[in-house]
Amino acid sequence: MKKIIFAALLLISTASHAALNVFACEPEWAALTRLLAGDKVSLYTATSALQDPHRVEARPSLIARARRADLLICTGAGLETAWLPVIVRESGNAAIRPGSNGYFEAARFVQMLEIPTRLDRSDGDVHAAGNPHIQTDARNFLPVADALSQRLILLDPANTGYYRQQLATFNQQWRDAIAKWEKQAAPLKGISIVAQHRGFPYLNNWLGLKQVAELEARPGMEPSAAHLSRVLNELQQAKMVLRAAYQDERPSAWIAERARINAVVLPYTVGGTAQAIDLFGLFDDTIARLLAGVK
Amino acid sequence: MFKKTYLSAALTVLLSHSFAASAANDPDLQAIREQIQQLKQSYEQRITQLEQRLAQAEADSRASVPVQAQPAAQAASESAFNPAILLVLGGTYGQLQQNPAVPATGFAMSAHPGHSQGFNLGESELSIAANIDPDYRGVATLALASAGGVSVENAFVQTSANGLKLKLGRYFSGLGYLNEQHAHIWDFVDQPLVYASLWNNQLGEDGVQLKWLAPTDTFIEVGAELGRGRGFPGTDRVKNGIGSGVLFAHVGDDFGVEHSWRVGVSLHQTRRVDAESVGVPDLAGNAVTNLFTGDSQTSGLDFVWKYSPDGNSRNSYVKVQGENFRRRESGLLTYDTTVANITDSHSVTQSGWYLQGVYQFMPHWRSGLRYDRLEPGIASVGALNAGNIISNYGFQPTRTSLMLDYSPSEFSRLRLQMARDNSRQGLPDHQFFVQYIMSLGAHGAHQY
Repeated sequence: MKKIIFAALLLISTASHAALNVFACEPEWAALTRLLAGDKVSLYTATSALQDPHRVEARPSLIARARRADLLICTGAGLETAWLPVIVRESGNAAIRPGSNGYFEAARFVQMLEIPTRLDRSDGDVHAAGNPHIQTDARNFLPVADALSQRLILLDPANTGYYRQQLATFNQQWRDAIAKWEKQAAPLKGISIVAQHRGFPYLNNWLGLKQVAELEARPGMEPSAAHLSRVLNELQQAKMVLRAAYQDERPSAWIAERARINAVVLPYTVGGTAQAIDLFGLFDDTIARLLAGVK
Repeated sequence: MFKKTYLSAALTVLLSHSFAASAANDPDLQAIREQIQQLKQSYEQRITQLEQRLAQAEADSRASVPVQAQPAAQAASESAFNPAILLVLGGTYGQLQQNPAVPATGFAMSAHPGHSQGFNLGESELSIAANIDPDYRGVATLALASAGGVSVENAFVQTSANGLKLKLGRYFSGLGYLNEQHAHIWDFVDQPLVYASLWNNQLGEDGVQLKWLAPTDTFIEVGAELGRGRGFPGTDRVKNGIGSGVLFAHVGDDFGVEHSWRVGVSLHQTRRVDAESVGVPDLAGNAVTNLFTGDSQTSGLDFVWKYSPDGNSRNSYVKVQGENFRRRESGLLTYDTTVANITDSHSVTQSGWYLQGVYQFMPHWRSGLRYDRLEPGIASVGALNAGNIISNYGFQPTRTSLMLDYSPSEFSRLRLQMARDNSRQGLPDHQFFVQYIMSLGAHGAHQY
């Protein structure tokens, strides 16, 4: 009897292997996977642009979707520490365990910024591996795409030609787009900004924005009124205050009103605004909003 | 290196060659030779400097190219494979009007209210977890008891493949919703009455747990446990075989991005042998000690529903949960072991439920309301004990708790709780608690 049940279970669990099942932790990696793998994969996105990726609940639906995943694509660098380990463990899916080919962390393939020199929680919710919000610099998608394409080929060698083709197309289009964005964003160079969360170092680094203050006294901790008034004094030269779509709008609205600067909400990832429908739209809209904020 | 040698050699040859043609033993010659020597040295210095700058520039450009950033290799050391360590520090102050050791009316067999009077070290615990090898993971959680001493709360190894998850060791049973959750993530200071009365707060078991997650888009999980029967209502004994069994199933999913839910059913079965209940009131109004031997079967239903605007639980959310457990015990009960010592049949069905809601109304701040109710049931008592044992208490224990907590960060929480406790007939209690829960070390991930 036991043998029959076991055989039946095995049958069910192996029967569902048509296309590559991809579980993307964040929308930007889902969008990248779509560009690189087209309809060769069946894609599930675990979070939306309006959710704080640090604080997602390990919901039953996520565990169920991870159960059949062949490939997990996440940012890594500690961004998903609060929920992903539970999902991977509870899914009972050995294929997506950390260290296996089915576990892909984008942050491993880019140059990390803000790697802390000391690790102490008195500094707030610091990430030992560096700032995980790598998706705000369009250039970071090139090495990630390269590595992701290699991983897709490793897991699905039958479609190697297709993946190579898609990668080449992506690289070409993306490089052109970066050149266009950098040209558009030229007026942003040296502009002073305030950030609500320490979430824009890659964007600043890319476009030459100068961050003069942060609304969160410490990363991951909601800004206090006392800290906000301190920040207000540092703001005289800032042009705008930035926040990600998922963040509470009140702190930046408070600062914007008092310092008489623009409050700019950035899509942060695909789906964060109506215009950010895909990766290209994400950066088109990000730069358009920044340029509007300078005026 | 090559370039330098070549270049200096070439210079030397070139210079010496062009000058060698002129005079032989001239004082001028000496001066020229010195000049050449100086020239050569100066060139060599400049070439070395240029080479260094080149090497530096190469290193810099390598570092700034955003490709293949390799994590710095760590120095080998004994501590390199240290597991994740999480220390939870918790403490409570309880202001109670009644002695917390008095159990809920009709539930004398379990005298653990889950809260204490005055200052006390609440659930402080040390948790150590790591992968053992590619297949196995180990977890140990040591609870620091407020009275002193350390107890092993959890100590298990687990492995999984193809949706099958196996746990060996000491674990919290997967029945119900709250049972698996550690005290530091409870939404209230204490457990619901039904957990306090029917599970002695939490069912911990030594044994084997096997869970299977169905390969479907809807979360469907079934599980079974075979254990020693260590946790209440089991009566720990040294004997071959199985002391308790648990079956459970969970189903869960989302409605859109804002709603998620999970429902579950559970069954628990154990044989109780010489289970002692102390201070049980009898019909004559005395407090006696009884012994029960028989079967205990418990069935449970649980649900949880969570809602957060845009699915972003960081800013605000609502969580509503409820559980119901129903236990049937039947066997032989020995009345008043010290004096009368009369044994006859005894069976009773008892149940309890709670319903609670927690609302995070702004980042860091949550409030919660919980209602508890127990049903002691009407016992069928054998004729020999009909004049001794209370078969019908005619009282339903209830409690209402109100909670407010503030979490300055993900790692700290401060809580106030007030409760109106009517769980003991004739002993209404107004309770007030202050609690802190802090965790340090590894960033623990939380279950749903």
